[in-house]
Formats: sequence, structure tokens, C-alpha cells
Amino acid sequence: MDLTYSPEEEDFRRCLRAWLRRTLPKLPPKPPPSDWPARRAYDCAWQRALYDAGYAGLHWPVDAGGQGATPTQHLIFLEETELAGAPYVGANFVGLLHAGPTIATEGTAGQRARWLPPILRGEEVWCQGFSEPEAGSDLASLRTRAVRDGDAYVVTGSKIWTSHAQVADWCELLVRTDPAAPRHRGLSWLALPMDAPGVTVRPLRTLAGSTEFAEVFLDDVRIPLAHRIGAENDGWRVTMVTLSFERGTAFAGEVVACCRTLARLAAVAKENGRWEDTALRRRLGRLNADFTALWRLVQANVSEAESSLRTGGDGVPGLGGSVFKLHYSQARQELYDTAADILGPHCLDADHEWTAERLSSLSYTIAAGTSQIQRNIIAERILGLPKGR
Amino acid sequence: MDLRPDDDQRALKAGMRELLQARFPRERLREAADADRPGPAFDRALWRALGEAGLFSLRLPEKDGGAGLGLPEAVLVFEEAGRALLPGPLVATHLAAGHVPGAAEGAAVVTAVDRPGMVEHLDASDAVLLLNHPSVHVLSTAGGTGREKLPGRPVRSVDPTTPLYDVRQLPPAVTDHAMQVAAPGADRLRREAALLTAAQQLGSASRTLEMAVDHARTRIQFGRPIGTFQAVQHLCAQMLVRAEIARSSVHAASLTMTACDISAAKLLADDAAVRNARDCLQLHGGLGFSWDMDVHLHLKRSWLRLEQWQGAYEAEEVLAAALSNGPTEGVPDHRFREMDWTFNGVE
Ligand SMILES: Cc1cc2nc3c(=O)[nH]c(=O)nc-3n(C[C@H](O)[C@H](O)[C@H](O)COP(=O)(O)OP(=O)(O)OC[C@H]3O[C@@H](n4cnc5c(N)ncnc54)[C@H](O)[C@@H]3O)c2cc1C
Repeated sequence: MDLTYSPEEEDFRRCLRAWLRRTLPKLPPKPPPSDWPARRAYDCAWQRALYDAGYAGLHWPVDAGGQGATPTQHLIFLEETELAGAPYVGANFVGLLHAGPTIATEGTAGQRARWLPPILRGEEVWCQGFSEPEAGSDLASLRTRAVRDGDAYVVTGSKIWTSHAQVADWCELLVRTDPAAPRHRGLSWLALPMDAPGVTVRPLRTLAGSTEFAEVFLDDVRIPLAHRIGAENDGWRVTMVTLSFERGTAFAGEVVACCRTLARLAAVAKENGRWEDTALRRRLGRLNADFTALWRLVQANVSEAESSLRTGGDGVPGLGGSVFKLHYSQARQELYDTAADILGPHCLDADHEWTAERLSSLSYTIAAGTSQIQRNIIAERILGLPKGR
Repeated sequence: MDLRPDDDQRALKAGMRELLQARFPRERLREAADADRPGPAFDRALWRALGEAGLFSLRLPEKDGGAGLGLPEAVLVFEEAGRALLPGPLVATHLAAGHVPGAAEGAAVVTAVDRPGMVEHLDASDAVLLLNHPSVHVLSTAGGTGREKLPGRPVRSVDPTTPLYDVRQLPPAVTDHAMQVAAPGADRLRREAALLTAAQQLGSASRTLEMAVDHARTRIQFGRPIGTFQAVQHLCAQMLVRAEIARSSVHAASLTMTACDISAAKLLADDAAVRNARDCLQLHGGLGFSWDMDVHLHLKRSWLRLEQWQGAYEAEEVLAAALSNGPTEGVPDHRFREMDWTFNGVE
């Protein structure tokens, strides 16, 4: 057990800090949350800046154009960029954390050359078309059909809750290519250009009033066979490679941000007198314990990933991600409920930063595998309990 | 950075488990629990065996007969003690090693007190660590029982294997029979005590999780193992989350020893031990409510450990206070506080 970082890691941190210090003051102002094209431009400019400085695709393998950084370096990157108030990955989330790594792992040389560089340079934005109206937690039941026609698939169906669909160039699309096969064996993973004829994007409003996700309708959309990643009908396995990137260090920066929010909550409570309430203070104390522990859990998961890499494994954080996500999503909701307690009636102002966060925190126990699904995973895959029905 | 125990540390932990299986098997726990009056029967032979195995001298330098190990190793060993529900004032005797003659070898039984309240194993103790002042004092009970030197009313302890004494008044800082011990001060020892108590809670929480999962796999109702019922599965999943959250904070706290990390570790490990024992009890149905199962022993011991060194109220206040020491104070890693710059690049 050791919490010290190596001299190389400290060097990495120092260089990154110096670069952030030089770069961040030169960034343009943040666009308004509802201006999606401006947000896309902002996120892509930040990705380009990372690219030019040699920080793009930090955790991607070198032969995919990434930096081949260790999980620990990736953790340092997330920690330092958050502390410095740098922009988030934003619209490039799917490209950098899902679609890109999938193509890097499962794609051919030609496919990697076509799709990876524009992701790293912040030139092409990806979205994730997995969920459907009838297929959410039970993703393998999805119905969007792809039928071969010459050198292309003809795709028909619809996707839902597709984040950033309005501003995406590409969509990682999971479709059914063999309706006769068992559910998990008849799926394929396709790269869909969002401007293809027959693609209709209808923005959906979230409960926070924003339009960060959309419904995507696919009517006889032709997608070249060459856009399939991995073998036909092997899409489930290909997709699982992606999903394992979704859990793990992905929220490390957010944990740091929550810790800082917690300190601000305490400061506001002191100002407005709520601090005198023992029950409130204890609630804040417990949240401090929770986020302290979550940070430690991130470090434990990174240690796990690091050792998996050293011993020839794939460096995927593993099932520890489910434990983390369950606790984090709940702690984040409790954080902003406590903020509301401190704000009193001002928590009813929807423009208050903490109210907006309170609303958005409600998605954390749903998106990327609901809490119930995470518990199923822990019970069956970690604890080895017999499969439920 | 690597938060996982290394090979030597894992071997140490495994060695402690083996030792306890040999010297304190379940039958011994049950004998102690089933005895009508546990107090007088303090097992000094076991205490010596633990001393010989190095439980108390673990962190003493090798030149003083110790193993020269640190708190991370002590934590792993105390997890095993918590798992086996090993009775006795383990933490106090461990802290007394090097300060109280005989403690390191397990020849002396040492209990401790940091405030008026319940003192464990007072009658059986050869010395009492007094941690209610900035410096540490030792009250020797030589020539009498602990209770004659430190008046305490025996109570019927909720934990059948831990005799308790209600001590209303502690001696003033320096008394005739009090001996001041050289550094570290009482604050440091209280932190270490909280950490090692948290480690025992973690061991207990992991054990009750195992017991719950074993039972869920084998108990058949409605023609199938109860572990196939999702309500049961989700209870078990939350038990694992609690144990793992506690584990990473206890292990990290053993490395940093900051007040914030220690309080988080104690709070979360207490939570894990108490609530996992409760869920384990629930999953056992009527068996869970019976004396002959070990679940209630875990629950009762966890209630006891919860009250020791730092209760939830205190830990939460410490953690809340840590938040208001400046804008970056709330961030977990102490390294964040060394930040030489803070600005927000995006206004
Ligand atoms: C903000 C946000 C962004 C999203 N972005 C994307 C995106 O970019 N791309 C994409 O493909 N998807 C996206 N999603 C969709 C998300 O992955 C799904 O919402 C999620 O997987 C749950 O599916 P569902 O909504 O169909 O709910 P359902 O699966 O219908 O679940 C409804 C309820 O039933 C429970 N339930 C379901 N099955 C079980 C079971 N076996 N055991 C116990 N309980 C069960 C669930 O926990 C839930 O409480 C996003 C969702 C949100 C909220």
C-alpha cells in the first residue's frame, strides 16, 4: 500500500500544471449551456489544444495515436485539469471514451486511420446509439434492423436518449443483423454518419429543460459494410469493450469537483447561519467522508488497472467500477439535496447553479447502467450469487 | 501509487488468519460467548500466544523485539482480529507495547480510556492507558485489580465477550500512581486507536458479507436458493459496496493518518460493520435472531467498536470542521493543500 507518486509521475504533473497555467487564461469565454453548436466548437477547440500539447488520447495506446499513458497518469490528468478549472471533455466524451477505444481495439488498420485522428484532433464528434424505446437496461433486446444490400447495410429503426446527437458527426450504432440468432449473437456495431439520408434527429428535453439528448430515427439508411467494426454478429462483444471504459476513472475529475463543491457548501452555510444546525453539519461531515472514500476508491481502481496492465491484462478497471458508480451516483444526489437544504427557498431558483446540478444529478442513477442493474452485476458477477429471474 | 496490499502484506494477513484459526477457532468464540459470566475468564494463554505471534509488538523497531512494521500492516492484521471476533483490549495493548512492560509480549493486559464511559476488560488489566490528556499516562494496577485503581461499575455488557465497566471519573493529569509516557502524545495514539478499531470493523463487515452470501447460496425457499431473489441480491450488493468503501478509506488512512482520513475511515467502517451485520441477520431469517448463530456477536461487537475512540457524532463534526478550513481543504488528498496556485481558467 502506497499513496506516493513516482518521480516520473510528479514530473508529468508539474509539466501539466505549467501548461494549464499558460493555456487556460487564453481560452475563449464558455458558451451559454443552450447554444449547442457553440458548445461543440468550444469543446473541440479544447480538444485541439490538448492535441497540440501532446495530451490528446492520453490513455489510448500509442499505435492508435494516443499517448499510452498509465492509468495513474490519466488520473493525475483528470485531477489537475479539474483543480485548474479546465473545460470538461464535453461533446467529445463518446469519441474519446467509447467509440474511439472500441475502434482502436477492434478496428482494422484502415478503420483506425479513418476515424481515430479526427477524434484526437477534435474535428469529429461521436454519439452513442445503443438505447432504444424498447431496449434500455435490456440492451440485447434492441430491434433496429440492418439488412445487407450489396456493399451496404440498410438500417431501419430508432434510438433514444442519444446524448449530443444534434452536434455529432458520427454515431456508434448497435443494430440487429441476425434476427434468428440468440439475442446476444445477432448484433453488429456500425459507424453511422449522422448526415446520411434517412437519419432524423429530434431533440428531447431533459427534466432540467435542456436538450442534451435526442431521439434518432433511421429510415432505410445505407451504411457501407466497411463501416462495421468487428465481425458481423459479433457486435455484443465489441460493445462490451466500450462499456467497460464507461466505468472506472471516468468520474475521477467529478469527484474532485464534488469535494470542492462541498467546501463551498460549508462556506455558504457559515454565511447564512445554517452551519449552526448540528444535523446539517453532520450531514456535511458524512458527505466529506463519502467523497474522501470515493477518491480513495478511484485510487484503488486505478491501482487495480495498473497492475492488470503490468501482468499483461487489458487495464480495464474491472468490476470495481460498479461499486464506485453505485456509491458515487447516490453521493452526488445527496450532495445537491444538501445544497438545497442550505439554500432554503433559494433552491427553488432554477437558475441557481446548485439547483441545476441537483436536477442533473438525478440522471446519475439511471444513465450508463441504472443502480439496480449495477446491483445485479455486483450480486451475480462479483459475489457469485445464482442468477435471478 | 498502489493502494493494494503488496505480497508481503497479503502474506502477513494470511498468516494472522491461520494463527487465529488455530488459536481462536469458532468453538473458542462460542465458549466465551456462551459462558454465563465472561469477566473472570480472561484467557491469558491466548494473550501470550498473540504476543508471541507479534500482534502487539508489530510496530516496535526490530532492536526492541518488534517486527519494525507500520500502520498499514497493523491494519491488515487487525482486520483479521475483527473478522474472528477476537476478544480482549487488543488496540490498547498494541498501543502500549514499548510503553508498558510486558505489553509487547502479551504478558501484560492493557486497557485504555480516553473519556468517562465504558472501559473494556478493566478487571483483567494490568495497566490502563489514560488518553484524556495531551500526554499519555499509564495507570498501573499492580497490587490490585484495575477496578480498585480506577473505580468502575461492572455492567452487563451487550457484547457477551467484552466485559465493560462504567467509569464515571478519570484521574487528574498527574497522580502518584500515574506515569507519564514519552512521545507520541495522546492525540496521535487516539488516531491510531480509531484506525485500528476501524480495521476491526472492516474485518467484521467483510465476514458478515461472506456469511450472508454463503447463506443466500445454500438456503432454499420456494424451490430455489434465496440468493436468486433480487431483494436478497441487492441487499448483498449494498453490503459489498459498504465494505469496499470502508476498505479503501481505512487503507488510505493508514498511509496518511490525517484527521480527515481517520474520521472518514472510522465513520465508514463503523457503518459497514453495523449495517452489514444487520443485513446479514435479516438474510438469516429466524436463525439470525438466534443466540447460536454468530451474527449477533458481530452486531454487538460492532456496536461496541462504534462507541470506542470516535463515535459517529464526533467523526462527522471533525469531517465538517475540515470543510471550513479553506476552499481546497475539503479535497481528500493532502497534496491538494500544497497547491501553490489556484485560479479558475474559465470565468
Ligand atoms: C442523461 C442520460 C443520457 C443518456 N445518454 C445515452 C446515450 O448517449 N446513448 C445511449 O444509448 N443511451 C443513453 N442513455 C440511456 C440509458 O443508458 C438508459 O436510460 C438506461 O440504460 C436505462 O434504460 P431505460 O431508460 O430503458 O430504463 P429501463 O431499462 O426501462 O428501466 C426502468 C426501471 O426498471 C429497472 N430495471 C430494469 N431492468 C431491471 C432488472 N433486470 N432488475 C432490476 N431492475 C430493473 C431500472 O433500474 C429502472 O429503474 C442516457 C440516459 C440518460 C438519463
